[in-house]
Amino acid sequence: MINNRTLLICDGLSCKTPHKVKMFNLLQKKLEENDLINTINLVKTSCFGICSQGPIIKVLPDDIVYVNIKKEDLDLIITNHLLQNNIVDKLLYINPLTKEKIKKEKESKFYQKQYRIALRNCGLIDPENINEYIAVKGYEALATVLTENTPLEVIDIIKKAKLRGRGGGGFPTGLKWEFTAKQPGNEKYVICNADEGDPGAFMDRSILEGDPHSVLEAMIIAGYAIGANQGLIYLRAEYPLAIKRLTIAINQAKNYGFLGKNIFESNFSFDIEIRLGAGAFVCGEETALIHSMEGKRGEPTKKPPFPSVSGFRSKPSSVNNVETFANIPSIILNGYEWFSSIGTENSKGTKVFALAGKINNIGLIEVPMGTTLREIIYDIGGGIINNKKFKAVQSGGPSGGVIPLEYLDTPIDYESLKEIGSMMGSGGLIVLDEDDDMVKLAKFYLDFTQDESCGKCTPCRIGTKRMYEILDRLTKMESNPDDLDILEDLAINIKNSSLCGLGQTAPNPVLSTMEFFKEEYEAYAYKTKKHTYSIIANKCIGCTKCAKVCPVECITGSIKNPHIIDESQCIACGACYTVCPVNAVEKP
Amino acid sequence: MVIKSKRELTELRKLYKPIIDLREKGLGKNKNIEILIGMATCGIASGAKDTYNELKTIIEQKKMTHVKLIQVGCIGYCYMEPTIQVCIPGKEPDLYGKITYDKAQEFIDEVIIKQTYLKNNLLIKSFKKYGASI
Repeated sequence: MINNRTLLICDGLSCKTPHKVKMFNLLQKKLEENDLINTINLVKTSCFGICSQGPIIKVLPDDIVYVNIKKEDLDLIITNHLLQNNIVDKLLYINPLTKEKIKKEKESKFYQKQYRIALRNCGLIDPENINEYIAVKGYEALATVLTENTPLEVIDIIKKAKLRGRGGGGFPTGLKWEFTAKQPGNEKYVICNADEGDPGAFMDRSILEGDPHSVLEAMIIAGYAIGANQGLIYLRAEYPLAIKRLTIAINQAKNYGFLGKNIFESNFSFDIEIRLGAGAFVCGEETALIHSMEGKRGEPTKKPPFPSVSGFRSKPSSVNNVETFANIPSIILNGYEWFSSIGTENSKGTKVFALAGKINNIGLIEVPMGTTLREIIYDIGGGIINNKKFKAVQSGGPSGGVIPLEYLDTPIDYESLKEIGSMMGSGGLIVLDEDDDMVKLAKFYLDFTQDESCGKCTPCRIGTKRMYEILDRLTKMESNPDDLDILEDLAINIKNSSLCGLGQTAPNPVLSTMEFFKEEYEAYAYKTKKHTYSIIANKCIGCTKCAKVCPVECITGSIKNPHIIDESQCIACGACYTVCPVNAVEKP
Repeated sequence: MVIKSKRELTELRKLYKPIIDLREKGLGKNKNIEILIGMATCGIASGAKDTYNELKTIIEQKKMTHVKLIQVGCIGYCYMEPTIQVCIPGKEPDLYGKITYDKAQEFIDEVIIKQTYLKNNLLIKSFKKYGASI
């Protein structure tokens, strides 16, 4: 019987009693008695974090945690679990909240490490039924605000909650509202930025499709706070389902009188309209977004004046992101103390991430600020596909950068990500493994930004194009070492001289990959990059599997003799590498 | 109908609260069963609409009037779409993943009629997915 298991026994300081030391020795002895000592790997490990229930034993790869183990239980684990593959039910860890026996840690961790504020109703209520939103305290925040608070008090609550913009920049929402509220005039606008354009990001769409009323409610509250009577949602036409559900939601809210004149019999009136965008990435920038809504070309203008002074139709406008709005009703209902108790010192609350790439549990997740990347990737994400080695995480889409292995324990917040050359962005997290090519990754993002550049300012229009061309030359091995200096020079200049956020952040993917993975750039520039696969002759057993899968038939050799790859023909598809049973194929 | 005061709103909430109690905690006095299907764009792209239609046909054929089919937004398990939550009164709600249309019949037979589990598709046997109790 194959029994390649690992037993982890906790060796944390807090529960390292003499009793425990005996446990380890006893377990060792029992394994010897049962002739398991060579097939079972016994490891002392650090604290599992559930000290109240120690001693704890974890069985891998089954990922099963046993708690409160007594001497006599060891026999049970050995005979039932290790020898007969039966889980010992009575020793399983019981989740104190659910009174539920947890067999597999990873089953539960996907949600255990999460904390849902913005996504609180997604997947729980029917988004096309306003009554279900009301059942989860929907529109109660609005009712409270309109009947009990002055606009200034509302701004104060949001300021004290320290909510920051979730669209990427991280500007304090309360301050933005305050600036807009302080402007003279009666005509002001609340604008919801739902122009989610980052490749790989879908959190705003999910909120609009799963819980549209929470965004509407927050917009009405914002309108009351800043003194606006009109809200506008700038939504991309590529999100037809979000448009449909929002339209339904707006009509339902009108029927109940949450939108319209004298809401909750107050003097406050508010209405919301949807404006469709044609899906230009630059229109996520607030000034470009406003121009697009006015029917002009979607091009940014210089700030200041900020939209809070002169925005839509040159009137004061507060532009906030979908996820930012989705947090507001909860803050009003639960208080700013509650909200500001979550997260890190300068970044409060939670952040929604679209977790994608080479990871087992791809998903839409919401975690408190300050959660480390390691927790997100290994606990929630369940680790890298096929147990490959982690290489980096790309965060912030085309405006962000890569975060390599050494920063895996960085707590995520606005500042820490900026410090390591990336950014929060709207929250896309793409996990990369050892097979990913960083130069090609940078090329992908530059291809995107040079395409999406609106063309108004020269650094962004021409600069990103030139950067893309250099990257293209590099990956085609048609480049020379001088190109690396030119590339870096261009990147820094574009960053410093572009008009808007698109250009200012466009070189980030190149700069950060160059910082952490310079050797990959050099391999291309000095043409030392091996770009074909090869077979290590003394490892090859001549099984012929690789020759059979090769699509260009460039692998030759006879049965039981080492095979050879004709490198001039190889297209580097990797089929031979995947199929080889003895790891005799070497990667480029 | 226009809601004029906070009191009217709270009353309306009380009226609809049992729906959420069933979905969050499995509380409920009657026998009504709810099946929630994650139907955001991503779920639909992975076949949630086909599953929805198939389940609807089966439920209508078997005249199971106590079973309600409800479309909800994204449940978050992208790697397990189409995702379904089953809410049976008196039982903790279960989440199932990868319920494609061809599994619909088996799903109704096992989970709704016999009230057992589809072992291979069970995601979590708990709805404590909300850290925050809002």
